[in-house]
This record gives sequence, C-alpha cells and structure tokens, in this order.
Amino acid sequence: MAKVTIDGATIEVPDGTTILNAARQIGGESVPPAMCYYSTLKESGGKCRVCLVKVAQGSTKDPRPMPKLMASCRTPVMDGMVVQSITSPEVLEARKSVVEFLLINHPLDCPICDQAGECDLQNLAYKHGVAKTRYEEERRTFEKIDIGDKIKLHMNRCILCYRCTFVANQLTDNRVHGVLSRGDASEISTYIQKAVDNDFSGNMIDVCPVGALTDKTFRFKSRVWFTNPMDGHRNCPKCSGKVVLWTKGNDVLRVSARTDQYNEVKEFICNECRFEHKNMNDWTIDGPRHIDRDSVIAQNHYERTDLQKLKLEIDRQIEFEKGKQLPEPNPSLTA
Amino acid sequence: MSKKFLLEHVNVPRIETINVYREKGGYAAVEKALKTMTPDQIIDEVKFSDLRGRGGAGFPTGLKWSFMDRKSDKPRYLVCNADESEPGTFKDRYLMEKLPHLLIEGMIVSSYTLGAKAAYIYIRGEYMYIVRILEKAIEEAYAAGYLGKNILGTDYSLDLYVHPGAGAYICGEETALLESLEGKRGNPRLKPPFPAIAGLYACPTVVNNVESIASVPTIINITADKYNDVGIGKSAGTKLISASGHINKPGVYEIELGLPVEDFIYSDEYCGGIWKGRKLKAVVAGGSSVPILPANLIITTAKGEKRLMTYESMADGGFVSGTMLGSGGFIVMDETTCIVRNLWTFARFYHHESCGQCSPCREGTGWMEKVLHRIEHGHGHMNDIDLLVDVAKKIEGNTICPLGDAAAWPVASAIRHFREEFEYHVKYPEKVKDPKHFEKEPFEREALMVNG
Ligand SMILES: Cc1cc2nc3c(=O)[nH]c(=O)nc-3n(C[C@H](O)[C@H](O)[C@H](O)COP(=O)(O)O)c2cc1C
Ligand code: SF4
Ligand code: FES
Repeated sequence: MAKVTIDGATIEVPDGTTILNAARQIGGESVPPAMCYYSTLKESGGKCRVCLVKVAQGSTKDPRPMPKLMASCRTPVMDGMVVQSITSPEVLEARKSVVEFLLINHPLDCPICDQAGECDLQNLAYKHGVAKTRYEEERRTFEKIDIGDKIKLHMNRCILCYRCTFVANQLTDNRVHGVLSRGDASEISTYIQKAVDNDFSGNMIDVCPVGALTDKTFRFKSRVWFTNPMDGHRNCPKCSGKVVLWTKGNDVLRVSARTDQYNEVKEFICNECRFEHKNMNDWTIDGPRHIDRDSVIAQNHYERTDLQKLKLEIDRQIEFEKGKQLPEPNPSLTA
Repeated sequence: MSKKFLLEHVNVPRIETINVYREKGGYAAVEKALKTMTPDQIIDEVKFSDLRGRGGAGFPTGLKWSFMDRKSDKPRYLVCNADESEPGTFKDRYLMEKLPHLLIEGMIVSSYTLGAKAAYIYIRGEYMYIVRILEKAIEEAYAAGYLGKNILGTDYSLDLYVHPGAGAYICGEETALLESLEGKRGNPRLKPPFPAIAGLYACPTVVNNVESIASVPTIINITADKYNDVGIGKSAGTKLISASGHINKPGVYEIELGLPVEDFIYSDEYCGGIWKGRKLKAVVAGGSSVPILPANLIITTAKGEKRLMTYESMADGGFVSGTMLGSGGFIVMDETTCIVRNLWTFARFYHHESCGQCSPCREGTGWMEKVLHRIEHGHGHMNDIDLLVDVAKKIEGNTICPLGDAAAWPVASAIRHFREEFEYHVKYPEKVKDPKHFEKEPFEREALMVNG
C-alpha cells in the first residue's frame, strides 16, 4: 500500500495505482481531467497531456520533486508522494495550454455535431479554456469517411487519443484501423473504406471523447439533450446486455453502453444490442439514467434562475466583449 | 595535431576492409576484452573513462550500462542508434562509411559487457548505401570469427544485425527506435520504465549512439586513464563535430574536448574561418535542437571566459546565455543569414517530424511553423513574436519525449537573442519579400557580430 497526498487530501491505495485513480478515489475538484486515458483500456493514456500534475515530493524515500509535470494517468503513486493538482498554478496553466492546443485545429462545429452535449472536449473547454482563440491560421481538414457500415469518422474532430485503436486491439480479434501518417497529419483510418466490421466495433463510438466517431444510425436524429436516457437491459448471449436507451416518446433513437461518472464504459456491449434493437419492446427498462458531472444533458432539468444572477452573467459576457479578461463564471449558472 | 581516437586511420586506403583494419591494430580490443577482462571490469573502465553519450544528451555511458538489469533471466540487447537525423549532424555517417569495423568492434565489446547475445544497428533509411557497407563488414567479421558462435574460441557468442528505418527523425528517440525495431509505429514510449529495465521486446536493453560505441575500443586498448587524459573534467576524450554552414572548410572533425570554440571556427586545422571574408553572426552548436547563440556569446561566455567545446562550457549561462554541445552538429551562420528564415526552416522540420502522439507537440509545432512562415514572408504582427515565445513555453516540458523541447528551444532562443530581427520583419514587410533579403544588405547589429 502507498500513502499519497493530493491537494492536501491523503489516501492509501494499493501499490501501482496511478495518481489519477488515487485522485478519483478521493473525488472532488482535484480529480484531473482525462481525454485519452480510459480505465477499461490497457495501455491507454499518456498522450493528451491534459491530466498533468505536479509531483512536489516523489516519495518518503526520495522526497525530491519530479522535475517536470507528470501525466497523472500513467504515473504510479509512491509511498509518501505529495501531488498538486488544482493547488498548483503551473498545473492549471498547463491544462489550459493543452486545451488551447486541442482546440486550435478542432472544427468547433458543435452546433452540427452529434457529440455536442456529451463531448468531453466541450466540457473541458468550457471549464479550462479561454473564450477567445489566438489561432488565426487555417485549420487542418480531412474528408469524412465511413470506416464501417455503422460508423462515421470525422477526422477533423479527432484529438488522437488512440482509444478506438485500443478497443479494436483489446475487444475485437482483428484490428483493421489505426493511425496513418504522423504529426498533425496523423489520421485514424482504415486501409480500405468500410473495413471495420466486427461484433464489438461499436464501442469505438463510446470511447471516442469527441465527435470523431459517431453512430450513423443516430446521425442528425436529435440533439442528445432532447432525448430521454433510460437504463435498460436484455438477455444477450454476447455481452452484458446492459445499455442506455436514448429515447424520444416511444422511439429508441440510440443505444449505447453505460458509462460511469468519468464517461467511461465499464461493460462494453455488442453491435447487435447497439444497432439492431431499436424497439422499446426488445428491452426491459431499469429506470431513468443518472447523468452526472459536467454534462450538458444534466442541465436538461431547467430551473428557474433568479434574475439577479442572470444579469451578473450577462454583464460578465459584456465585459468580455469589451475585450477584458473573462471573469470567473457565475457558479450557480454553470455547476 | 590533436589526438585522434576515432579517425586516426580514416585516410588509410581500404581501411573499410577487415584485413587493412586489422593491420592497423583493429579488433585488438575484442581480443583483450573477451580474453582478459570480465564484464564488470569493462563497465568500471568505461565509467572511469568518463565517456559520455555522443547522441546528444551526454549521459555517462558507464553509468547507463550499470543500470542494465544483468541479473534478469530475460535476454539482453544492445542497440546502436544510427538514425542520425538531426539537422546539422552527419558524423555517424562519416564514421560508419569510412570505419565500419570500428563500430562493429565497439558493438562486440559492448555486447559482451552487457551480456547481449543479439545486437542491432538501427540505421536511418536514407543511409542505404551504408547498410551495404556495414553488412559487408559484418560478413567479414563473421568469417574472421569475431561474430557468431564462440567468438575467438571463447564461450561468448553474438549475432549482429543491421536494421534500416523508414525515414523518421522520431525513430532516433530511443524508445521510438525500439518500437520501430519491433515492427511497430515509431511512437516514443512513456518512461519509466527505461530501456535498461524494459527495452526491446520488454527485455533489458541499452541504446547507444554510434560514436559512443565506437569510442569503447580505444578505452579498452589504451585504458580509461589515458582516455580521460584528453579533455577537461567530465568532458573526456575526443568528439566528432559535423561542421557546416558559412565556413571555409565544412566537414567532420575529431576534436579533443576542451578546444576553444574560437579556435575551432577560425583555425586552419578545422573550419578555417568564415567564408568570403564575412563576419560571424550566429552558431547553432549542437544540432538544430540546441539554443542558437549570437557570435559574441559563442566565442566568450557571459562571464567573459573563452567558451570551450565541452559539455560544461557550452552549457555555461544556462538557456539565458548558453547552449549545449548536443550531438556536435555545428552550424555556422554569417552576417547575411536571416535568423527568422533559419528558424522557420527548423520549425518546419519539427512540424514535419513530430510523431503526433501528444497534443502540445502535435499542435504546437505546426502552429509555430505557420506563424514563423507568416513573419518571414512579411505577414506577421508584432504580437506574433510573444505568441511564439508563449507557444514554445507551453510545449516545453509538457510532452512525452524531448522532441517537443527540441522544437521549442530554437524558437525561444532565437527570439531571446535576435528579437529585433523579428520586429524588423514585421515593420518592413516590403524589405523581406525577397527570400535573400539580408544577403544584399545584412541586418546590422554590430555588437553581436565578430570579424573574421
Ligand atoms: C527526437 C529525438 C531524436 C534523436 N535522434 C537521435 C539520433 O539520431 N541518434 C542518436 O544517437 N541519438 C538520438 N537521440 C537521442 C537518443 O534518444 C538517445 O539518447 C541516444 O541514442 C543515447 O545514446 P548515447 O547515450 O550513446 O548518446 C534522439 C533523441 C530525440 C528525442
Ligand atoms: S513530443 Fe512530439 S514526437 Fe515526442 S511523443 Fe509527443 S508528439 Fe511524439
Ligand atoms: S489522460 Fe493522461 S495524458 Fe491523456
């Protein structure tokens, strides 16, 4: 066991636990955001750099601080380690930088993107990003392609987290897509179009943190926040059969796997459950889906806000338009 | 003449053949090491020699070897990094082309020391003709009993392979190199674990530069004491420098560490001064990744001491007024050079070579290149200059591998030392329209230039 202190809170976790997972056990605001790490996919993480934290003390044995910020998702804790997440201005600065980097080539086509409302990048940008861009160059673009008959790839939106390649490696028996080229010309692709055809390929859609991989059977059907998510299950010989049904009236618009509070799927589902059962009668309803953390969908439950607060928020936006630094958002409106 | 440990026989006709190489004392180190020394003795010898990695980082070679998990029951590997792709660096090419057996001899002694039964030379794909030279030399070494089963009748056996890369600078980063050698996409790995614990095929592995490995036979032959008689302090022995740019005699030179930079640039033994009688403007002293220094700071440190070709003296002044010895890619620029254009060229390189795994490097390198392109072509704004500094700062230290830093340092240092020149590009877009803008009318900043 190792004792680790994160932003002042101490917890004891088994050896080998990563800083990120230790922080998740503590919970709260100190949990670093994660765009590429995915707890159920081995070898994931380390790439997006948004989870960087400062290790102020390496361990009891070797108390030296680590010279650079560390990717919390891939750095194991040591006994006596002291970590700073939101208590380090350096970390907050680095997070903000990473968000900026992730956004410079991102198309910002949220108004027409199916992922909007349940997009990790959207949430992250809202929390850490700045409202103005300093990037005035042309954005890189790719053609949209069908990588399987049920999956659309919008490479423009991809942040190269590599999660979908881990899904293909770890859940299916044959990976037929991967990363081609390098640098900012890298793209997720198949060698042959529509090549992805496997019983578990649909999970690539769920692990994608942005709208790069979307469900073709749900394309442009509805904004997610107008749907009514319900937990449901069926007896499936291939997977757990535990899903979320995104419904409107009596129609099932989309089926996805259940995710936890960090938007991670713990039990992957098969393509039959995902794509072939769009009928309420196929499912036993377990109850309404609880959408936690950050999500715009969670804000579907509109509340009457008091006008005084609303005025403050409007003033804040006006100040910003005048070119001033954006003050902190009004917590009652963004929580 | 200074001591030559590596290139002493480089001009001997047919030195690339095993017979001539042996006539000149070649393979004596294999005899001595395998027959009279234990691996521990050799590690100690290399440690005492103060040999430091010649690939760029200057990490003590003996110390690196001692980290290798030699108790592990897994196979162990030695991998020679011959990917040499850093702009301005071309010393390994010269060494391998002229003296393939020196590298092979070093590989045998080093592999014996580390207990490796298989060793690889990972060479950049563009050096295809050297692959053939090495393969021919390896064939000769097998035939002469220096490679293969029971080398020289001892119970040590070794197989040596040459593996060409496919043209990616990033595959010179040691963990990307190992991925590539395993047949995968050349993405750097997250560290730890370091290769000494889990390297090639997750087995203990040492990765060393060509020149580091080629220095080992000398250390064995003449002993560590004699080796570190040459050099100053922790910068021991000799170093190959690839000198290029606006000098009278570009080429690969073997210098004794400790040589004053001024002597290296101006003496006839080496670069022979600045060409066309022009003034020296700036030097990138250790390959494109290291900070650029203006003439005054490369000749003397900020403290007013003569700057020497050593790891320590080059770094004197940190990143404010110093640089790094790096891989020894010494790029000299005369007064007609446009620093912005040079930096744009470097930025274009890093943008092109980023593996794209981590967001700061993937996105930041392209951003910097585009902004530099604008400035150089007369479309920049004043705040672009600070933007560049800021983007560089946000990449540095936040990436998986040092390529991010390598892309950021040149930008930060060029603006630190030559800010007026960037401002000039913004203020006078008309004057920089001609790509050779400073050739006719050098950008005047007398204080920083040194007369030839
Ligand atoms: C982007 C990048 C490229 C590199 N390219 C080379 C190279 O071409 N040759 C080389 O010897 N080392 C290169 N290195 C350094 C290696 O990672 C490694 O430190 C070196 O091979 C170790 O050998 P040494 O200790 O003998 O110097 C590179 C490093 C980075 C980050
Ligand atoms: S720093 Fe650049 S080259 Fe290195 S791993 Fe990250 S993206 Fe790849
Ligand atoms: S979540 Fe840790 S680097 Fe992406």
